[in-house]
Amino acid sequence: MMYLQIVVTIFIVFILLKLFLQKQKNRISLLAFLIWLLLWLAVLTVFWLPDTTSYLAAWLGIGRGADLVVYVSILVIFYMIFRVFVRLNKIEEEITKVVREDAIKNVKEE
Amino acid sequence: MNIFVVIPAYNEEERIRQVLDDLSLLPYKIVVVDDASVDKTSEIVATYPNVVLLRHRLNRDQGAALQTGNQYALARGADLIVHFDADGQFLSKEIEEVIQPILEGNYDIVFGSRFLEKKSDIPAFKKKIIFPLAKLVNRVFLGIKTSDPQSGFRAMTREVAERIQIEQDGKAHCSEIMAKAFEYKLKIKEVPITVIYHEFGQSMGHGFKILKDILFSKISK
Repeated sequence: MMYLQIVVTIFIVFILLKLFLQKQKNRISLLAFLIWLLLWLAVLTVFWLPDTTSYLAAWLGIGRGADLVVYVSILVIFYMIFRVFVRLNKIEEEITKVVREDAIKNVKEE
Repeated sequence: MNIFVVIPAYNEEERIRQVLDDLSLLPYKIVVVDDASVDKTSEIVATYPNVVLLRHRLNRDQGAALQTGNQYALARGADLIVHFDADGQFLSKEIEEVIQPILEGNYDIVFGSRFLEKKSDIPAFKKKIIFPLAKLVNRVFLGIKTSDPQSGFRAMTREVAERIQIEQDGKAHCSEIMAKAFEYKLKIKEVPITVIYHEFGQSMGHGFKILKDILFSKISK
């Protein structure tokens, strides 16, 4: 576990650095910054203190901490996929609108 | 009476000439929406002086092309809009029969149906399996009760074209238009039409795509 913890920590520190930089350049909102910060800190906590998930799991009625992590991850991933789908749909709609306006503007009559 | 025939066309160089030749004999304004064909469709259409050509720069599929045609026709003062296919599977002389119920003033929207009186030579697999399934989906999810689940031959008044915005860019627009017609409680009429089947057309895979589009539109809005 030790080596993995170090690798993950380096990885997360790197991500947090990028996150801080993005915030400084005002590329992301304060809310987004805080959510990401909390998420990565939570990941860090889980890797250094795996037992924390066990407490939470027991409280939620799930047997093992590792199971809880898997369940939550899957939920988050599905939600993100759904969001991407909705966004994609919206982009498709907008492309159609632009193509349509262009076609009507450049119509060839008679 | 300003009657527009809107024809979405995608790679129809083989067949569109015949369709336009037939339609040119009739007193309608013809609008072809070329959906970014990669063949000579638009060059062929451009040789017809009385045909209006709208070109999509990117392929946006049939539903999107029809909505483009509708918007153009409405902007040009259409009183009545007919949707027609570019691949020659419908008969131009039947447009008269399809618009008749509207001209007589009793109906808002008319759908051509392959399953009333006239004999269309429908392939057995489509007739026995795909269409009954499509009808079931239409009835259960969309409240559509027509004899033909996927008719591309239809006519509508100006008011209907303004009200029914086609949001399904793909092939699900057929079901969408029918669903909206029922939802808005329009006066709906089905008229028997003849359909000439070529070797291609929509397959079972297309059917699933339509189903997916319909279901997705239900959850993403």
